[in-house]
Amino acid sequence: MEATFYIASAVAVIATVLMLTRLNAVHALLYLIVSLLAVAVVFFVAGAAFIAALEVIIYAGAIMVLFVFVVMMLNLGLRTEEMERRWQPSRAWIGPLALAAVLLAELVYLLTAGSGPAQIAGSVEPKQVSIVLFGPYLLGVELASMLLLAGLVGAYHLGRRAPEKPEDRYGADSDERRAAAGGDLVHAGSDRPARTP
Amino acid sequence: MFTLGLIGLLVRRNLIFILMSLEVMLNAAGLAFVIAGSRWHQADGQVVFLFILTMAAAEVSVGLALILQLYHRFKALDADAASEMRG
Repeated sequence: MEATFYIASAVAVIATVLMLTRLNAVHALLYLIVSLLAVAVVFFVAGAAFIAALEVIIYAGAIMVLFVFVVMMLNLGLRTEEMERRWQPSRAWIGPLALAAVLLAELVYLLTAGSGPAQIAGSVEPKQVSIVLFGPYLLGVELASMLLLAGLVGAYHLGRRAPEKPEDRYGADSDERRAAAGGDLVHAGSDRPARTP
Repeated sequence: MFTLGLIGLLVRRNLIFILMSLEVMLNAAGLAFVIAGSRWHQADGQVVFLFILTMAAAEVSVGLALILQLYHRFKALDADAASEMRG
């Protein structure tokens, strides 16, 4: 049990160091995901199985998907094809795969050794956590919900594509442009010669 | 691990890497909370980790939206480019 803890911690630290030294953002993201999974294994060994599941689902699942989306959105253009060609040897997968294999071996060992999280000394049940969370920390839960709402609105507001030149956008409201576009009903035809009956 | 995240925050100039280092730092703080809670048999550590998780999700969404805006404006992911902002 102690050995698995230290091995998972070592994997987390190594993956973090490798993440910081990568030049390619996607490779760094791979190592970051491995680091988060290693931290999840550490949580599992420490007796917090629920927190370990949350770590995998939210951190390695949701937040990393956001990162990958933004990295893919930013790498548009001709450079992408070049990078794709450079990824073809797929040597970049070897490092994260090796570290993840170590974690998988640990997890299989922990599960087959028959020591579930309930048997681990010092484990805190999810029931206890929920009772404390919705008891003394109820104000914190409400504040977290407000924070999530603020984050949602802020991300939506900031994520919009800003108009390139605002004067161009509102320039269509001037009379000349509208007359040229034929959309002005008030001054329509005022520049034509008056029709003689 | 917290120190590693701090080092990454200071060393790298790429905004994506700075945000990833922030994630590592938050994760390390949560790890410390959970391990301490497991050590003293208290549930408070895991509760605080849940709050940290929520905050990290909100922070990352806003941060990535900011990165997109900066990229559209400066066509670069350099943190020094943002120092030329005026007004």
